[in-house]
Amino acid sequence: MTGKNFLLAALEAISHNIIEHEEELNHLDNAIGDGDHGTNMARFSRIILTDLPELSESNDDLGKILHHVGMRCITEIGGSAGPLFGKFYLQAGQSNTNNTTMESANWVLAFEEGTLGVAQIGRSTEGEKTMLDALFPASRAMQEALEEGLSLSAIFQAGSEAAKTGVEFTKTISASKGRAAYIGQRSIGHQDPGATTVLLMLQALHKTAIEMNVE
Amino acid sequence: MKKFINGAENLETETARGMALAKPNILRQLPGCNVMVRQNKKTDRVALVFGCGSGHEPAPNGYVGYGMLDAGIPGKLFSSPTPDMILKAIKEVNNEAGVLCMIVNYTGDVLNFRMAIEMAQMEGIAVESVIIADDVATQKTKSVGRRGLAGVMLVMKVAGAEAEMGSDLYRVKEVAEWAASGLRTIGVACRPCIIPTDGEPSFELGETEMEIGMGLHGEPGVLRCNMMSAKETVAQMLELILLDCNYENSEVVVLINGLGGTPPMELYVVNECVHDYLSAQGIKIYDTMIGNFMTSLEMGGFSISLMRLDPHLKALYDATAVTSIIRR
Repeated sequence: MTGKNFLLAALEAISHNIIEHEEELNHLDNAIGDGDHGTNMARFSRIILTDLPELSESNDDLGKILHHVGMRCITEIGGSAGPLFGKFYLQAGQSNTNNTTMESANWVLAFEEGTLGVAQIGRSTEGEKTMLDALFPASRAMQEALEEGLSLSAIFQAGSEAAKTGVEFTKTISASKGRAAYIGQRSIGHQDPGATTVLLMLQALHKTAIEMNVE
Repeated sequence: MKKFINGAENLETETARGMALAKPNILRQLPGCNVMVRQNKKTDRVALVFGCGSGHEPAPNGYVGYGMLDAGIPGKLFSSPTPDMILKAIKEVNNEAGVLCMIVNYTGDVLNFRMAIEMAQMEGIAVESVIIADDVATQKTKSVGRRGLAGVMLVMKVAGAEAEMGSDLYRVKEVAEWAASGLRTIGVACRPCIIPTDGEPSFELGETEMEIGMGLHGEPGVLRCNMMSAKETVAQMLELILLDCNYENSEVVVLINGLGGTPPMELYVVNECVHDYLSAQGIKIYDTMIGNFMTSLEMGGFSISLMRLDPHLKALYDATAVTSIIRR
């Protein structure tokens, strides 16, 4: 079971991981998009880092904290990533309304609901070279790990590994959604920046779960 | 980079305020943001809302006023307005008749508007949307569809007039979609714009090159070639439009839109070529609008839009409008 401390530590780790990979994300986006995914995600992550002290003071409702992050995505990231990551966090938050703690099942549900939210707002699914190519496999792997009775860190590990496979898969397909769709076949060989960000999030969650030794 | 700005930091805000200060009788800027609404709010007429990135001035706020938009929402430079700003605009202009959002077909714009519309609907507001995808340089068959270009301004004109007549939300939407179905645009560029944040050109184009079909943000077009005369360029552009949409025996309105770095003189030269070409094809031109209606900073180039008119659309096109840019 995890509480507010874990969620805030995880958000901090996710933010740092994205900021550390700002250049790499820009580089990936440059090949198939407009080259600012890293800049936009890092700007948003820096805002989340400055929000953390206040969030830790004011709110025990974990759903509300996730909602806050979702609203920040919407107002601060811009472009397509803003509403997409925003929807992910908003739905994850909604599935944890009034929760002051999150069991493993809550985390898995948060990912599942968040993923479905992204698919709904983007009118998209797996195989279109988007963040969903990391989210859907990760969500399924986490569900399986939960059913096997694994620990939360093992659940995040399973999600992270599945997301990694998904990111590799995006290199092999052409884009049919997003700005990269305009270059179609020429997008083959390039890895999707949005899916890469999902991987960075899961890696940070896994690392935080190990460090804080949560069950 | 030589630009008359006060740094890139507050560029969007200064632009919006500059526009609002020029037309205090028409525009009212919402506090703390760049959203612009009409001074005289409609109370029982469908409200029209449009947003796009900053850098495309006078769009969107130049079209806020009687007979056109009820709210304009500029985003940051070349990026869609965010859902919170769109929602703010929708709530400000909402009345019992509902709100129609016009969206240019870029992934970011569509997603940000979709999210704002969902939020507004959750608050019980009647909101509908029309997506404008008029760029014949991009393919219809792709799942993302065609990009939206300057032709959206003509749709705003007729939809705004329909709303002013007191038609209901679904009728205004229907008219906008009908007008958009007969609307095609093609752009051409010969010089990039300079992005104020980093001083870099928005794309690379050789000294003697031009690109037909290039998007408003330097997205790839259909043909990169050596500079041609206005006549040859126009012929290539109109050929692409006429291959895509049959305007034979139709009456059209023509929009010659400068991208910000092409002088009016050249736009008039272009227009002469357009008229000669279309007349030879038996296409009747009802009216032509020439100027900088939807720019990309100082990009060199222009776009040509044709919109088919029927008697109803013609009446709407001719109806009164009072905005900073359009006065009829």
